[in-house]
Amino acid sequence: MASFQQYVMARSLEEAYELNQKKSSVIVAGNMWLRLCGARKQTAIDLSALGLDRIEETDTELVLGAMTTLRQLEQSAALDSAFGGAFAQAVSPIVGTQFRNTATLGGSVYGRFGFSDVSTLLLALGATVTLHHRGDVPLAQFQQEPWDRDIVTHIRIPKGQRAAVRSVRLTATDFPVLVCAASAGADGLRLCVGARPMRAMVAAEGLAPGEAEQAIERIAEGLPLGTNLRASEVYRRKIAPVLLGRAMQGCLTGEGE
Amino acid sequence: MTIEFTLNGQPVSAQAQADDSLYTVLRALNIASVKCGCETTNCGLCTVHMNGRAVLSCSVPAPRAAGQQVVTLEGLQEQAKEFGGYLADEGAEQCGFCAPGLIMNVLALAKENPHATDAEADAYLAGNLCRCSGYMGQRRAIRRYLDALAARESGEVRA
Amino acid sequence: MMERKRRSPNAVGAPIRKKDAEALVTGKPVYTADIAPKDCLCVKLLRSPHAHAMIESIDVSRAKAAPGVACVLTWEDVPQVRFTQAGQTYPELSPHDRLILDRHLRCVGDPVAIVAAQTERQALAAMKLIRVRYSVLPAVLDAREAMDNPVVLHPEEDWRALVPCGADNRRNLVAQGVESDGDVDAELAACDVVLEREYATRANQQAMMETFRTFARTDAYGRLEIVSSTQIPFHVRRIVATALQIQPSRVRVVKPRIGGGFGAKQTAVSEVYPAIVALKTGKPAMLVFTREESMTVSSPRHAMRMRVRLGAMRDGTIRAIDLHTLSNSGAYGEHGPTTVGLSGHKSIPLYTHSLRAFRFAWDVVYTNTMSAGAYRGYGATQGLFAVESAVNELAHELGMDPIALRERNMVREGEVMPAYYGETAASCAVDRCLARAKEMIGWEEKYPARTLENGHIRAVGAALAMQGSGIAGVDTGAVSIRLGEDGCYNMSIGATDMGTGCDTILAQIAAQSLDCPVESISVHGVDTDASPYDCGSYASSTTYVTGMAVVKTCEVLREKITRAGATLLGCDVREAEFEGDGVRAPDGALMPLGEIAAQSMTAQTGELSACVANGSPVSPPPFMAGCAEIDYDPETGEVKVVDYAGVVDCGTVVNPNLARVQTEGAILQGIGMTLTERPEVDARGRTVSNSFMQYKLPTRLDVGSIRVAFEPSYEQTGPFGAKSIGECVINTPAPAICEAIYNACGVRVRELPVTPEKLLLGVRT
Repeated sequence: MASFQQYVMARSLEEAYELNQKKSSVIVAGNMWLRLCGARKQTAIDLSALGLDRIEETDTELVLGAMTTLRQLEQSAALDSAFGGAFAQAVSPIVGTQFRNTATLGGSVYGRFGFSDVSTLLLALGATVTLHHRGDVPLAQFQQEPWDRDIVTHIRIPKGQRAAVRSVRLTATDFPVLVCAASAGADGLRLCVGARPMRAMVAAEGLAPGEAEQAIERIAEGLPLGTNLRASEVYRRKIAPVLLGRAMQGCLTGEGE
Repeated sequence: MTIEFTLNGQPVSAQAQADDSLYTVLRALNIASVKCGCETTNCGLCTVHMNGRAVLSCSVPAPRAAGQQVVTLEGLQEQAKEFGGYLADEGAEQCGFCAPGLIMNVLALAKENPHATDAEADAYLAGNLCRCSGYMGQRRAIRRYLDALAARESGEVRA
Repeated sequence: MMERKRRSPNAVGAPIRKKDAEALVTGKPVYTADIAPKDCLCVKLLRSPHAHAMIESIDVSRAKAAPGVACVLTWEDVPQVRFTQAGQTYPELSPHDRLILDRHLRCVGDPVAIVAAQTERQALAAMKLIRVRYSVLPAVLDAREAMDNPVVLHPEEDWRALVPCGADNRRNLVAQGVESDGDVDAELAACDVVLEREYATRANQQAMMETFRTFARTDAYGRLEIVSSTQIPFHVRRIVATALQIQPSRVRVVKPRIGGGFGAKQTAVSEVYPAIVALKTGKPAMLVFTREESMTVSSPRHAMRMRVRLGAMRDGTIRAIDLHTLSNSGAYGEHGPTTVGLSGHKSIPLYTHSLRAFRFAWDVVYTNTMSAGAYRGYGATQGLFAVESAVNELAHELGMDPIALRERNMVREGEVMPAYYGETAASCAVDRCLARAKEMIGWEEKYPARTLENGHIRAVGAALAMQGSGIAGVDTGAVSIRLGEDGCYNMSIGATDMGTGCDTILAQIAAQSLDCPVESISVHGVDTDASPYDCGSYASSTTYVTGMAVVKTCEVLREKITRAGATLLGCDVREAEFEGDGVRAPDGALMPLGEIAAQSMTAQTGELSACVANGSPVSPPPFMAGCAEIDYDPETGEVKVVDYAGVVDCGTVVNPNLARVQTEGAILQGIGMTLTERPEVDARGRTVSNSFMQYKLPTRLDVGSIRVAFEPSYEQTGPFGAKSIGECVINTPAPAICEAIYNACGVRVRELPVTPEKLLLGVRT
């Protein structure tokens, strides 16, 4: 269990950022994984009073506050109409409603967890991470970076895309054994793979639908995949083209699982 | 630190450490219905309502509860008895250790989606583990409870 | 039992609520930790990081000086007398091979030191201050390499097997034996088909929602009071007394409501630690196992590896079964010598009808893994996975429908079962169970498989099961019932309701016997000071063994009430009749029960109470048939049980609701064991399936429907014809599902659990 000496309900992002510059500080988002990681910190910084839990829509993008819960993502009419059921597909298998009522988008993104369904979808949608200090960074880049002391404030997702997510899990609410997301927009299809079991990555992009179908086997062959308690690399490679194909189909036809 | 919040409609003031969870604080306040079953945030036993939403009290930082509305089964005794009656009529409460968490989430479901189908109810409650019942008796009890609520509602509408 | 004209509605067979239901569903403080004194010391255990090691030195001086610490104990502070934590009737078959704390550590998690402090934070902080130097020893992790391994787990001179069962600590043997009937080798040689297969199961966790927990304190008389979440209060009293080397009369054990047990709490996993702290400090002390402790240092199912040889004729007659079971008892011998027996005794007799010979041999070994214990099914689950899978395989070999093969060979009512201690299947409806399960699942239309439009495959599989009802000649339960002044009855039992509802079921049996409403029978939890002796709730004994004690007690009490009533009526006792709400004279006058009760509080008639114990020379098996329908995704290897039909012969069904929930719950546990729960131990002997995040219990989304029906037989030796139910019902899912899977994809899984990976990539056999 994580431990901290002091708990600060931040009154401004600037205050949170300043406090977080110390190595002994940590940002508390949903406190789902933070609690379990066993970190020992001096100061915990709570962002929940900063109004970062809103989903806003502009003409070109959806802007999601970092403290938006997974449950909000699942139930948002705006997200549903913009991207079909993709968000519900990605988050509904995560533990349970109570968990999703407090687990946050920002926590998922900042954590760059190797099991993240959410990051896999966001990557497919070409999301951008807005950081308090550094400003906008493409998620694809952010995913590669080590944890730093900046604060994720928003996630931006360009509109005009469809997406779908498919996964294999050992129980309905377990971590994914493998999760694949596909998106289709003006730039063609983008395919992403998560729970490899490593951080989610873009497997292919800019594909035309016909071309993608042909390429899926080859894409799956080249994926860096690994072994963990849940499955071997061999199994993951065997199901990768299946899930990529299903995600792609779902994305093109708009059908749910 | 001292944390002040509303517990089952009453203002309370509790002593807590910075890294205490809401679960720890509730147990210290003699809220016995709240149980811990896993320590890894995935059994559902510690479910309470915070500002009307079902949350896992084991993962809510106690200081975050400051100023909030927290409701536990102790504050919903009538509803607990009503739904619990359906559960008991199936024998599905069994050991009862997971019952408070389940009931808190069933009550949240009934509020959020009172006309839930069995499949919707199952999906909503998937985070509530039970090792005794095999879930079938719970499913039957939830169906009968939601149907009874719906019948009462339509009766009220007619009246 | 005499048929009497009843005044009250039938209590046996009524689907009534559990007596404790309202307290449970309203979240009342009724469990161990809810009722513990607020000032309890928090007990924590420092545990071994090594699978096998000796403690070279241990320095607890800094821990003892830490804030709030009340005591720190090491191996030097505990009695040097070995005991077993297995909750069994003395003399236990499980070897006495444990100390409360030992220098010699035999598995990861073995306790190294006990720390008690005022708060949990203080105890955890103090634990970090203990300095231990270990001398790490080579470890034996694979049961197949344990016997006669140069690494010996229990070289100690004071290791003791109290009962001869083939145990030899120098050989890492917890038990060994063989039994047979007929010439199995000759019969196999004469068979048209001989199938030889090996099957394996893992150390599954009971995973009850309430982890192990106990608090202890000394009372006004200087005695040790232990309140514990246990299935075995009377055994705990003896075990703690042995471990602490005090008189059992100085120990009192109380069992409040329990958050599930499933056999886990048939071992005294947590009791001795707070007990020794309370005794040493004079302060109340509580130990609550973390979920991680509960998953890694507890009392799971014995992992078994079974070799089956099955001999049959071309016409489908099964003539011989040869079974060898290798059981992994882990670091200690709890339940090792006994669980293994059920792997044969509860599987082979199913085929009594045509069987000419059998042999059943076993080895139970020590390894440097978590000590195993009792889990619902208790070896039968493992043995039935093997034998029922082999029978399914045989059907394919013979080109027969596996249900038809069973119809040809299964045991029938009245047959003597040589592989079941020579007992007769006096009440047996397994044939009706199978026919009904077959019909419920739609076997004729669905066997073996069909492909759906989405490419998924639906397939079915079947299996049979049996268990016992109590341990014949050993298990005993006493019941005491007293007539209160208001004409209601106070019933005391030593059997332990762990959520199963036995308090209610036994009250139903009492109400039936005393012709009164169930509400007139009050029950309470177990207290070894106040409750009559009962060996505890395990071995499927409560309804059958203790239930019959209820019947016998009520018979005695009824006679006493009748006599008292006759005295008050002034009539001859031989002519007076007990009528539930009173005693009637031949002239029609009724002496109401309330009046008799009131008089019993005077010198007039004296107290009206009875206490009778019961044991049974036989252990009548309940039977079950299970049929699984699965959905298989041939592209990913995923399997989901979409429908499960379970039909049970538990004799008379005392409470249909509670019997159904027992069955539904056990079937899902069986599904979990087969498909989702993956006990994993790494190369260093650490259990890595150490949480609900890694050890996946099925959720409500992981099963379609479970449908249960009953085909009751009537067991003459049981209360109102009842047998047992709790364990039998966990046994069919593994073999039935594995058969359905084979029918779906052609992969035969012989080592549990099934994983999508095994199915998609093919099992390496």
